[in-house]
Amino acid sequence: GAPLLLNCGRRPPTADSATAADKTNPRGKHCLWLCFRVLSSCLEIFVLCPPLTSDSISTVLAAATITMTLTSTVCFPRQEIMKWNGWGYSDSKFLFNKKGQAEFTGKRYRLSGMVLPSLQDWFENTFGASVNHKSPPALNASAVPPASLNEAFVEDLKATGIPFSHEAEDRVFRAHGHCLHEIFALREGKKFERVPDMVVWPNCHNDVVKIVELACKHNVCLIPYGGGTSVTSALECPPEETRCIVSLDTSQMNRILWIDEKNLVAHVEAGIIGQDLERLLNESGYCTGHEPDSMEFSSLGGWVATRASGMKKNVYGNIEDLVIHIKVVTPRGVIEKSCQGPRMSTGPDIHHFILGSEGTLGVVTEVTMKIRPIPEYQKYGSVVFPNFEAGVACLREVAKQRCAPASIRLMDNEQFQFGHALKPQVSSIFTNFVEGLKKFYITKFKGFDPHQLVVATLLFEGDRERVLQHEKQVYDIAATFGGLAAGEDNGQRGYILTFVIAYLRDLGMDYYVVAESFETSVPWDRVLDLCRNVKERINRECKERGVQFQPLTSCRVTQTYDAGACVYFYFAFNYRGLADPVHTYERVEHAAREEILANGGSLSHHHGVGKLRKEWMKESISSLGVGMLQSVKDYVDPDNIFGNRNLL
Amino acid sequence: MSTVCASCFNILVFVTLQQRDPMLKRDGFEDILEERRNSSDLKYALRCYAPVLYKGVTPCKANMLKNIVLQSDQLHYVINQVSQESGEAPDIIQEEASVILEEMAHRLQISTVRFFAFALSKAFKTLFQHVCVNEEGIQRLQQAIQEHPVVLLPSHRSYMDFLLMSYILYTYDLALPVIAAGMDFMGMKFVGEMLRMSGAFFIRRSFGGDKLYWAVFSEYVKTMLRNGFAPIEFFLEGTRSRTCKSLTPKLGLLNIVIEPFFKGEVFDVNLVPVSISYERILEESLYARELLGVPKPKESTSGLLKARRILSEDYGSIHVYFGQPVSVRSLAQGKVNRSTYNLFPRHIPRKPMEETQSFVNDTAYRIVRLQEDNMVLKPWVLMASLLLQNLEGLELSVLTEQTVWLRGLALSYAAFLDWPDHAPTAKVVSSSLALHRGLACVSGGRVSLVVGEPLGPVTPEEALFNRAVSVLSCASYRNQVLHVFLRPAMLAVAMHTAASSKKNEVYNCFSFLWDMFSNDFILCPGDIVQDFEEACYLLVKTGAVQMPQQDIVMTDIGQPTLSFFNGLLEPFLQGYQVVCRYLCEEASEGLTEKQYIPAVRSFAVKLILAGNLRCYEVLSSDMQKNALAALLRMDAVRKVKVADQVTLIVNKMAVNSIDDILGGKLPTQKALLARL
Repeated sequence: GAPLLLNCGRRPPTADSATAADKTNPRGKHCLWLCFRVLSSCLEIFVLCPPLTSDSISTVLAAATITMTLTSTVCFPRQEIMKWNGWGYSDSKFLFNKKGQAEFTGKRYRLSGMVLPSLQDWFENTFGASVNHKSPPALNASAVPPASLNEAFVEDLKATGIPFSHEAEDRVFRAHGHCLHEIFALREGKKFERVPDMVVWPNCHNDVVKIVELACKHNVCLIPYGGGTSVTSALECPPEETRCIVSLDTSQMNRILWIDEKNLVAHVEAGIIGQDLERLLNESGYCTGHEPDSMEFSSLGGWVATRASGMKKNVYGNIEDLVIHIKVVTPRGVIEKSCQGPRMSTGPDIHHFILGSEGTLGVVTEVTMKIRPIPEYQKYGSVVFPNFEAGVACLREVAKQRCAPASIRLMDNEQFQFGHALKPQVSSIFTNFVEGLKKFYITKFKGFDPHQLVVATLLFEGDRERVLQHEKQVYDIAATFGGLAAGEDNGQRGYILTFVIAYLRDLGMDYYVVAESFETSVPWDRVLDLCRNVKERINRECKERGVQFQPLTSCRVTQTYDAGACVYFYFAFNYRGLADPVHTYERVEHAAREEILANGGSLSHHHGVGKLRKEWMKESISSLGVGMLQSVKDYVDPDNIFGNRNLL
Repeated sequence: MSTVCASCFNILVFVTLQQRDPMLKRDGFEDILEERRNSSDLKYALRCYAPVLYKGVTPCKANMLKNIVLQSDQLHYVINQVSQESGEAPDIIQEEASVILEEMAHRLQISTVRFFAFALSKAFKTLFQHVCVNEEGIQRLQQAIQEHPVVLLPSHRSYMDFLLMSYILYTYDLALPVIAAGMDFMGMKFVGEMLRMSGAFFIRRSFGGDKLYWAVFSEYVKTMLRNGFAPIEFFLEGTRSRTCKSLTPKLGLLNIVIEPFFKGEVFDVNLVPVSISYERILEESLYARELLGVPKPKESTSGLLKARRILSEDYGSIHVYFGQPVSVRSLAQGKVNRSTYNLFPRHIPRKPMEETQSFVNDTAYRIVRLQEDNMVLKPWVLMASLLLQNLEGLELSVLTEQTVWLRGLALSYAAFLDWPDHAPTAKVVSSSLALHRGLACVSGGRVSLVVGEPLGPVTPEEALFNRAVSVLSCASYRNQVLHVFLRPAMLAVAMHTAASSKKNEVYNCFSFLWDMFSNDFILCPGDIVQDFEEACYLLVKTGAVQMPQQDIVMTDIGQPTLSFFNGLLEPFLQGYQVVCRYLCEEASEGLTEKQYIPAVRSFAVKLILAGNLRCYEVLSSDMQKNALAALLRMDAVRKVKVADQVTLIVNKMAVNSIDDILGGKLPTQKALLARL
């Protein structure tokens, strides 16, 4: 039961060397970078993405050891292993090979290295796109506005020994999240109006306290940066900000400080990335069970700051159910509770000021969160329904009986077809034959219309016997709604889609297709109406705004609750012939959000508000509600040090 | 409101023109009878009928539809509510609901439709010269039916209307509508059932407080709409207009068909205004008698058979214009916040919010105006307007000359005039007179109204009555053109009655008239400034009026136009004045609402017989009701319920001053003060 001190593996440089470097080469803006190249005389080996051994991840992400050798660790340049103008790892991407077949490169995922023979057809038929019409990224690195530094702040920061950089690449990398317009701008080599002036890497809670103190002293704007997976423009620097903007990168605060097996909680630094957290806990036989789709890259602090939701929330809960204690550094000091009681009646829960505060109040530095023993057994499953209505009715019934598996998702027909397009080349004639037989059974024998049928994917977890029992219960319910069990394989494929879909957007952008996703939560009785109306609205708006090709609009019900569901939309269109595709896209998304709100959907289920959806906050929580939040902000951060201007 | 600035004027005119522009580009017509005259009706009735439906929906059997309604959450909620209130078991209430639905529901059968297709082909060919339909409108409708639930909103001038509508949709292979019909048809044993089988569903005329009835009814309509099983058709005006003026729209059904959009149950609803114009209305003289107080014959099968007589007459042509589908979604954009429906379960009935109510009201008026705009006018309506201003008769040559003049004026005001191409004017006038020989005759080169043949000796009252029938019949044709001239005509009257030519004062008079006549004519609530600007624009455009600085003055050539307009509205001004005078001079203390109409009628008869009044139109119960409604709205008269009777309490001072303004004796400003 002794607390364990764990570390995710990467060691940042010592602060001494950083300051030394700056002193020895004061003139060049590459000073830090170059110095560390010189200073690091030996090669360091990191395990950036070690074998994923846990049951929960390894089935989805391929087991692959990536050992990378770098000459320098300074600046912790994520851009060396991750794309600077797209999603995810540099080595993983979709492309159409010389034969015109799609393949997924790299070794990290189950799909990696595989040829996907039906993707091209699907792609061309769905979007009216052609693999011959390429729109490759403009490769000139974007011009970066010069850093405007607060010299006094920089001087004081140096004295603390906390590493920092004002390297253009570092700054641009942290100037954006993954909204379409952000990635599009990077690809097109367009200039960001405003980027952080410098990046700072605190190593622990106390470093953050020092940085925030200095920021207050010198009136510097701080923007916390975790995994960088925001899709709400939350990481964009406000163009009107005239102060020096410092991006506070939490990536070095990535240790599990202790595990308390008696209470089943772990105390973790907030910069840790989802997959690292899970892997490290797995080594001790535990997991958090919190698996948002972005878990490969998103951070614990980011989850807290946006009220994240994980795919297996039915068993483990959403982030607000998982946290026991949060430590936050604000301009007024540190907020934390005095004990770890599992529930308190001490006025409004102060955690709820922090959860979803989107970096406007301070930096989450340490979190105590619940952990669970790794489940003994895991099983995927899937059910085919004749149509979306039947599927939704089934999910509703499952929610009513409170017997939802760890994950249950319903994909509409468009997504079902999309999933099929991602089927790898079939290896044997026999599998081909079996597939054909299954298809025949469902479409001909059972009379399902292939253009109507939908599929629910399931994931069960627990001890073996219970899982099997649970499975039977769910399949029985499904049967009453005309659902047919469709096998583990189809279920698993559905979850693979989750991790690779962001990569697919990059492929689309290579061929004049822009795509984005957005989500909402909605009461059960409005799910169908909302889905239909939002899709129709998107189609209509695209037409009215001159989109030449039929857009792809697809949705899935991704979470079930007692009183409603979370619905996730994908939306993509071929933008050939449009002068400003991003603007068109944004107007359509705006209209879609209005439609969601008019149909009883929420502003966001888990993505957050950022700057993208600020305009609807008043409507969503009333102007009094906005006032309440504003008064908290005014008290905690009177000088707007945390000036990312999200939310309010 | 009192000052209207010049810049505001320009903007408004621009807006008005923009709004009206699409209507000005009207489609051409096809005669659907032509084919019927050249090929077999039987074949036509038995031909393959396979209409396209909303988004490939499968047609729903009448019984299945009833089950969906009876099992709906909406109805269950109300059943439980009624059961709790009445103490009756839910099963019994459920049974009641089932009975109501049975009485209400349509039983659309293609065989019945085929029967009507055959029978109506025969009847139409004998009654009418042409039945003309704008085919582009049909194409638009076909498109709309596939994309959205469609509500057909025809004008209502004749019993023929809804059979005609179904006949046309059948002819063009479009989905047959289900039609909301008044329960009075049900009285016609056999015919009622025939209509039911051709798609009519029957609703009680009044069911004020009956929650259950309302729930069954609204759920029945909404179920059909939500699923897009069939286009829904009803008459916004609620009943046949006996005067050929459009009636103030009724909102009940419109509320029902729009609500599914607000609740997000459908993406959009398309409202399709349909204008059905008859060159001669079958019920022409029947209506006039009804307005004069001869009660409407009860709908009965034998009555219908007696009406066969009409089969021998020529009723000219019918024009049916399917207007541009109006998207409720686009109309509601920025006017109704749908998210206000988010916090209440959708199956619980709720009174619509104020925002919604005013939207629905506004929409109803817009649709009726769209109906008016696409009504086809025949030369005769122009002649009728002229004849009514010259009750003593008119030289044929003068009538011809003035008709030509009026045609020019109507066309410049964008009237939808069906004037025969390439025919000499004299021919047009004479053939119009021939078709309407029951109303006007030419003798000795003079044209005058026909007065019903006296059979033996007649009392002065009977003679007066006969004359009134022909005046009112004739007025029903003039009324058809009123919507074209209404706004400039009100301005002309306002200019005439205003104390000076100051724009402000004219506007005050105009707004008084606008308010006064808003039961008689379709004036969209809140459009008063826009209507004023439109009137100014039109009169300036045709050169009748100039607007130097802040004045409105007649031009040298404006006299004929302005005096025609004054004459056009004269019967209304006089009629309202007679009502005012009656209320001030004659009305007794305990005048009940019931006594009101006969009392005004006999008051007017007295005046006419004494030679003090030449206006017969005041004898119309329609005008009397509208005048009373206006006075009630203006608080000059109040209704008080005493025991079982509603009594009218008259504020004589207020009524008197309204009388004076109408007569041009009192400036509007003072009158308005007096009202306060």
